[in-house]
Amino acid sequence: MPVTTSPRTLFDKIWDDHVVERLEDGTCILYIDRHLVHEVTSPQAFEGLRMSGRRVRRPDATVAVADHNVPTSDRSKPIEEPQSRLQIETLEKNVAEFGVPYFPLRSTSQGIVHVVGPEQGISLPGMTIVCGDSHTSTHGALGSLAFGIGTSEVEHVLATQTILQKPAKNMRVSVEGKVGPGVTAKDIMLAIIGRIGTAGGTGHVIEFAGSAIRDLDMAGRMTLCNMSIEAGARAGLVAPDETTFAYVKGRPFAPKGEAFEQACDYWRSLASDDGAYFDTEVTLAAEEIIPSVTWGTSPQDVLPIDGSVPSPSDEPDPARAAQIQRALDYMGLEAGQKIAGTPVDVVFIGSCTNSRLEDLRAAADVVRGRHVAEGVRAMIVPGSGLVKHAAEAEGLDKVFLDAGFEWREAGCSMCLGMNPDRLTPGQRCASTSNRNFEGRQGPDGRTHLCSPAMAAAAAVTGRLCDVRELVKETV
Amino acid sequence: MDKFTELTAIAAPMPTENIDTDQIIPARFLKTIQRTGLGRNAFAAQRYDADGNEKPDFVLNQEPYRHAEILITYDNLGCGSSREHAPWALLDFGIRCVIAPSFADIFFNNCFKNGILPIRLPREICDELMDDARQGANSRLTVDLERQVIVRPNGETIAFDVDPFRRHMLLEGLDDIGQTMAHDAEITSFEHRPSRAWVPSITIGTVK
Ligand code: SF4
Repeated sequence: MPVTTSPRTLFDKIWDDHVVERLEDGTCILYIDRHLVHEVTSPQAFEGLRMSGRRVRRPDATVAVADHNVPTSDRSKPIEEPQSRLQIETLEKNVAEFGVPYFPLRSTSQGIVHVVGPEQGISLPGMTIVCGDSHTSTHGALGSLAFGIGTSEVEHVLATQTILQKPAKNMRVSVEGKVGPGVTAKDIMLAIIGRIGTAGGTGHVIEFAGSAIRDLDMAGRMTLCNMSIEAGARAGLVAPDETTFAYVKGRPFAPKGEAFEQACDYWRSLASDDGAYFDTEVTLAAEEIIPSVTWGTSPQDVLPIDGSVPSPSDEPDPARAAQIQRALDYMGLEAGQKIAGTPVDVVFIGSCTNSRLEDLRAAADVVRGRHVAEGVRAMIVPGSGLVKHAAEAEGLDKVFLDAGFEWREAGCSMCLGMNPDRLTPGQRCASTSNRNFEGRQGPDGRTHLCSPAMAAAAAVTGRLCDVRELVKETV
Repeated sequence: MDKFTELTAIAAPMPTENIDTDQIIPARFLKTIQRTGLGRNAFAAQRYDADGNEKPDFVLNQEPYRHAEILITYDNLGCGSSREHAPWALLDFGIRCVIAPSFADIFFNNCFKNGILPIRLPREICDELMDDARQGANSRLTVDLERQVIVRPNGETIAFDVDPFRRHMLLEGLDDIGQTMAHDAEITSFEHRPSRAWVPSITIGTVK
């Protein structure tokens, strides 16, 4: 291990502790502690292993679960779409053949891979974690270095338990102060992306810091780190602290007893040193952040809910102006219009960004005593079977069902529309997911990203609106 | 993986920023368990109308760009989802080289692993190449990885940078896994470091 005296960042420390070898040109062979596998990006990787007669080096550091392509309706029936079924059957065949632990579709532990990992204690602070999915950055909330990889890299990790990479640059985004009522981790992250842009974090790992971040619970930190990729970053991180340890303690696959205490000592040592160097620093004032939504087809197209949609005529760069026009046309919005009051057809509360128990509670607080607006389809898709059960134990399912929401089984669902949960062309959706790209939730569907509370407010009023006004009424 | 040494081919202009991997290959086509066959649905939303007919105004539906092997775009190409289906779709369509002022990290990596050469060049130079690409039948560029130059239709050359390790792998058509496996002893000794004793194992019977 290199003995370094200069102050290091959280990222530097985790990186240094996982370098197996540094090659001539600076590329490192980096050891991977946890490899999470799902059905969409793994079949070609397992096939590659099979063709070259290779085995999985560390099945005991690998866990598989199907999530992207699974139906979120009744699980007792066979999967209808033949291609989806084939993909899930292929995963089941592969995990059996290669001896990889697997959460079966009908198990209560099944769920979105980025909800399941932390919830089970499979993802832990100080680890390197990869998955063939860009939102692997979610696990960084625990203080682990977690990033998405392509299928060729999935095969590389399966075969060698390592990855070839050069170190990223360090960026620190500090959010100082206290957020106002109705402002959530999602709003903080949208504000950050609005500020630095979807390429602002390219080549960097972002450490989120500052008092507003320390105040977040683990679900909030996961929301934040989840969308690091939307800011272009390789990964997002929050230094592990007492909130983290309290969350990890007692999880099924977390260290127990004395081993847990030893691990905590190590995890405590990971926080960035005073004076550690960050290539880029950004600071936001928490008080200035208000509930936000996106208006366009890129996550950086963020507006505070009291804001107005931009006009191409105000944009000096012609390429950028053309892009604004294209986004307006796609989204069916007029230049300069107020975003609040825009009617929605669908509300989707779910995805690895916002489908944890805390998210469902925040939505239920808005929904309680109200009803989904006429003509709106509103759905709740819990992040895992365990989240679903916990919510049911608190009676949240009843709050949602009474209000006219659909209460579904766990999976990615309408976040990417691979399963039958999809927008139809022209439909407008308030969504707690993370991407508003053209066609993301279904061909020609229109997505407005927002927090669970804001999505719930849109469901009961039928329009994008400021959740703070609804909550005011009730207090 | 196919070697990449020198390529002379039609370049297609796509003067757009933030072309995400959902555009390159929409999610509904990710249900395949193979790497091939995705080219037909590359850029599906822009390429076909609701009835599956080609939209004539989309560049890759036009001659000579249906035969393009080089793509030129603006900033942040390949942002969004990590799906390697995006480079697979491009490759299956016939694209071997993508040129842009900047790329999303995962996509950039995924290109190399599939024998596609991604080249970063300043926006002004991309603008010039974009003009070259707009010249229809005359939009042929030569990309020479050995010499690290692009030859424009007017004969001018533009130098580009590429990571030496990646260049070597592309020129030889090598795959990373075999290379890394040669370091097996180091990996094993890493796994036995006492400082790693806290990392739990996941045994197969315990996952349900
Ligand atoms: S919920 Fe959405 S973003 Fe998250 S892993 Fe699934 S498809 Fe990807």
